[in-house]
Amino acid sequence: MSTITARKLTMARAISEAIGQEMARDPRVLVWGEDVGVYGGIFGATQGLYQQFGGDRIMDTPISESAFIGAAIGASAEGLRPVVELMFVDFFGVAMDQIYNHLAKNHYMSGGSVRHPMVLMTAIGGGYSDAAQHSQTLYSLFAHVPGLKVVVPSNAYDAKGLMISAIRDDNPVMYFFHKGLLGLGWMPSDDWAEVHVPEESYEIPFGQAHVVANGTDLSIITIGAMVPKAMKARDLLQRDGIAVEVIDLRTLVPLDKTTLLDTVKKTHRALIVDEDYRSFGMSGEIAAILAEEALDYLEAPVRRLALPDIPIPYSRVLEHAAIPSVEAIAHAAHAMME
Amino acid sequence: MESNVSMYRTMCLIRHYEDRMAEIYTEGKSPLFSIAAGPVPGEMHLAAGQEPVAVGVITHLRPDDAVTAPHRPHHFAIAKGVDLRRMTAEIFGRSTGLSQGKGGHMHLFDPSVHFSCSGIVGAGFPPAVGAALAFQRKGSGGVAVAFAGEGAANQGTFHESLNLAALWKAPVIFVIEDNHYAISVPKAQSTAVADNSDRARSYGIPGVSLAGNDVLAISEAAAEAIARAREGQGPTLLEIETTRFYGHFQGDAEAYLGANEKAQWRQHDPIIHFRDYLLAHHMLSLEDDAAIQEEVATVVEDAIAYARQSPEPLPADALTDVFAEI
Repeated sequence: MSTITARKLTMARAISEAIGQEMARDPRVLVWGEDVGVYGGIFGATQGLYQQFGGDRIMDTPISESAFIGAAIGASAEGLRPVVELMFVDFFGVAMDQIYNHLAKNHYMSGGSVRHPMVLMTAIGGGYSDAAQHSQTLYSLFAHVPGLKVVVPSNAYDAKGLMISAIRDDNPVMYFFHKGLLGLGWMPSDDWAEVHVPEESYEIPFGQAHVVANGTDLSIITIGAMVPKAMKARDLLQRDGIAVEVIDLRTLVPLDKTTLLDTVKKTHRALIVDEDYRSFGMSGEIAAILAEEALDYLEAPVRRLALPDIPIPYSRVLEHAAIPSVEAIAHAAHAMME
Repeated sequence: MESNVSMYRTMCLIRHYEDRMAEIYTEGKSPLFSIAAGPVPGEMHLAAGQEPVAVGVITHLRPDDAVTAPHRPHHFAIAKGVDLRRMTAEIFGRSTGLSQGKGGHMHLFDPSVHFSCSGIVGAGFPPAVGAALAFQRKGSGGVAVAFAGEGAANQGTFHESLNLAALWKAPVIFVIEDNHYAISVPKAQSTAVADNSDRARSYGIPGVSLAGNDVLAISEAAAEAIARAREGQGPTLLEIETTRFYGHFQGDAEAYLGANEKAQWRQHDPIIHFRDYLLAHHMLSLEDDAAIQEEVATVVEDAIAYARQSPEPLPADALTDVFAEI
């Protein structure tokens, strides 16, 4: 019998705990960004850290994203290990040059002599009518550019371990937390993400997908907030006698191809669920890998369920129609079994 | 700080290097500026005429001070002490280069002397602020210098970085190298103020404009700015007027220049000017000068020979160095 007492944390708490433990362990780790100080991060990812470490290590910045993200590039080259937050992924347009021309490329362009050990974290996702400029997912955009690691936790346990790995990594890591998983009081949040989180520090290695649930009929391959939705769809499908395996990729870069191929070899059907735009992104990439390396194992064409290629609408009705829902996932899976 | 003669020698080294690069760049090219032929791949932006900016500022820097430079980087790299053989091999795209041929002339990185540059206009300001923050935290007394052209002073990164550096009291010096033209567009058509140093006032930091392309005046102003930064008093903005003896890039027809503009610049060659000053003040003899010219020519030819003799990278090397291994 297990004697472990459950210590459920929200994902936001798990992230701030991870950062705080790394800051206590390594004086080179510091945090900056907009409203990360007294406020604790708009989404709570730095809650309590200002009180613990003070303004010297938890620094509020002006709304100057090119400057403060670029500053992390210079600071990380000179020995600091910054964790930088830029509130919403939708806001990255103003700082993209520093990210995709410098942060991502300097290691390569320097022949490996320059390193940028830094984490750039941001909130993604919709589901609460914040419309087209505050609801995007966009991780595929960053995964597309060589040189950035891309992390997308689906629950508090993974969020802590992945953040600790991100801070300890010598490469730039883009860390995307979904607003609908964080456990914020003012925003709908999926309870599924609030799980037992050990107090002690631990790492979750990048490039290791998690088989969240086993099944034999069909695999749902997904990431982030679509993982709990896939699990709920799995429950619905189970009632109809369909056994679904759910794969949480956890990191897009590096991508765990082995687990992807293994699950398809087992179930012979793959449904890829993605909150990012459908075309030229994560879902297409996974489908391409399966077509290239697992075609012989497939008993049905690979299917994709993703945000259609539209900006995210405001109205609750329209937004619900756009973002993959539990019902839509279950429906798509059903159709594949017919 | 180096002696005057030493600064003169570095300026001569830079000039000789750039003049030789201009010659080598056209080797084997037909038509003359075919970008895809010859021993030096890619584009070439040369800095002859702009030596005083690099030498006058960097003479006050330590090896552990950081420099970020723009797409026209050779004078800054040489003044900062980047290894000339490995830099030249990089420009030739060879496996012995600073980045084993993965960076090239606009992307020179030498962490051993804290030097980096970027091909994107205005991109070096934010990393310099960050490097300065790291030095501030270490308490090493180190400073960072961001060099960029006058065209870059209209970028958002410039204004964001000045504000952030002023807020953080970061030990950073912003140096605007005003060579009159952003490719073809004259400063008066791109910039709403005559002197970019006026913009320093918006951020509550000192701003100094220097005309004359005079290495001693530049050195004097830089000494004050750098001392200020080292003492924890925060950033300074310097704008230094200079002249670009070659085009924006090798192959630039320079149709945008006035009839005698280039000739006038060449007439006021900052190296000749400095040499005459040193001769007049008996800091240099004609024999000394001849020895310097011979010595820098030897150094440059050695670097070029090293690059030419170095092997090309292996095709498979293209796939390495995307990520650092822990």
